[in-house]
Amino acid sequence: MSNASRRKIISKIAESLCALAVVLALIPLVMILFYVLTHGLTALNLDFFTHTPKPVGEAGGGMANAIVGTLILISIASLLAVPVGMVCGIHLAEYSGSKFTSIVRFAADVLNGVPSIVIGIFAYGIVVLPVKRFSAIAGGFALGLLMLPVVVRTTEELLRLVPQGLREGALALGASRSRAVLTVIVPAALPGILTGILVAIARVAGETAPLLFTSFNNPYWSTKITQPIASLTYQVYVYANSPYDDWRRQAWAGAFLLVMIILTLSIAARLAVRRLERMNRP
Amino acid sequence: MKRSSDDRMFRLATGAFAALLLLIVVGIAFELSRQSMLSIEKFGLAFWKGRTWNPVSGVFGALPFIWGTLYSSLLALLLSTPIALGIAIFISELSPRILRQPLAYLTELLAAIPSIVYGVWGMFVLTPMVRKLELLTPEPLRKFPLFSGPPVGVGMGTAAIILSIMVVPLTSSVAREILKNVPSAQREAAYALGATRWEAIKVAIGYGKTGIIGAIMLGLGRALGETMAVTMVIGNAPVIATSLFKPQYTMAAVIANEFTEAADELYLHALIEIGLLLFIITIFVNIVSRLLIWSTKRRMTTAFALTAPAQEEAAAA
Repeated sequence: MSNASRRKIISKIAESLCALAVVLALIPLVMILFYVLTHGLTALNLDFFTHTPKPVGEAGGGMANAIVGTLILISIASLLAVPVGMVCGIHLAEYSGSKFTSIVRFAADVLNGVPSIVIGIFAYGIVVLPVKRFSAIAGGFALGLLMLPVVVRTTEELLRLVPQGLREGALALGASRSRAVLTVIVPAALPGILTGILVAIARVAGETAPLLFTSFNNPYWSTKITQPIASLTYQVYVYANSPYDDWRRQAWAGAFLLVMIILTLSIAARLAVRRLERMNRP
Repeated sequence: MKRSSDDRMFRLATGAFAALLLLIVVGIAFELSRQSMLSIEKFGLAFWKGRTWNPVSGVFGALPFIWGTLYSSLLALLLSTPIALGIAIFISELSPRILRQPLAYLTELLAAIPSIVYGVWGMFVLTPMVRKLELLTPEPLRKFPLFSGPPVGVGMGTAAIILSIMVVPLTSSVAREILKNVPSAQREAAYALGATRWEAIKVAIGYGKTGIIGAIMLGLGRALGETMAVTMVIGNAPVIATSLFKPQYTMAAVIANEFTEAADELYLHALIEIGLLLFIITIFVNIVSRLLIWSTKRRMTTAFALTAPAQEEAAAA
């Protein structure tokens, strides 16, 4: 065989292996979605959305309190992370040249890589330990820390995309820098930033590890933010580890609901991005 | 002069929030050290070398967990790296244009699935499958340390598989971005010398090598800290073994399982010290990988700036 044809064959083989890699990665995706759909959908019923968990070993009950708990935790996280993260992002975008901002930008990336369980320990030390009680606030705080770097970096990136002409126009009209930023530049980037926040929420909605010893769990109906609170992810964890068939079925139902929430949020974000791109096209 | 003092106030006020971010990272390190003082003082370096973890008698050695974390992450990288790079190459170099976006989106979906859902799937679907595979392993092969131990399904191998699935999307998306930024002149030069498609791709990979190593390390950082899915399938036994079949334990898993059960303060401090080490390792891995990716991207954008005018002229002609 000639050298040239050998090289061509090698090239073809390598190319096919790359295609095979794509197929290999899609197998688990299809499998997970298939199992979550078939097991989860069949276990889902009205009780799941309207009832609280039954005592150990008893069949029936639902995750109403956990669904509400997750919503409360996400709300606390967003209240903490969105304002702080946006102001941070504004600073990074506005004063990007300085050494300070490159350190902060790096810190945001580092914070993004800190394992969520470590964030949980930190929240435990800061919020739980001083009052010696697990609480929704502690869980929301932990989730907020996980959201923060995402909000910071998307805010920064989207502010940079705002056309320079808008800024110059505002400044030329005599606006101070803060006024230009707050009334012209941020509003122009806001739809995109909100999309980024949606992605950040989707990311933390599925977190379990940082909640294990912050918001802990609560089998009863509770909306008090100073008390331990149930969450979908924690409840799925408890039920999956239980020996009862009915609880395991409900764990699948919870997993289904989680995947649905996250898929909806990320598809919504994707559609929004596409629409923004179309609007910005000259 | 009001305007410039306004501007200074704005800079300081927003800067304070930015400083908060730095404070958080430093605060995490400080808080974890403070909360693990008892264990650090009592055991010193012996904590990292000890193989016994016995909370009842107050003996804490973290080596089995460190081993489990490193071993499972390295196994996961062995599985995920070829697949992630294959995906990155396929999407950026080989795929028809129309398939690019959908394929990129599908692989990123893998990253969006929550860890706990991987855990549930791992427990009820993957573990039984792995158990069947383990039972099929021929007897002579079982003599090797890699395949020794009971065929129970839960264990190191299952954890490594789950981890590799979770790492693939991160590594492949960063590697894809690196490949996208490789100047096309590199590939064109290879083609001009008579290279095949694969040989041209190898040139592009060589050009972005540093960044691709960074992408792989970013995946490593993710695998090291992954908690729920691993906890649910690794078997949670503090054992140091090379066997893929044996149940083992990781740093993140022991924190997740035992934190709320830690009755005395020394026990809690020992667990937080494990968290501190996990923090230090992941920070280190992340910093190195970010620097690698960042330096590669910067080199590429300057290279692009130099070749861009020529390309524009060509396009105009």
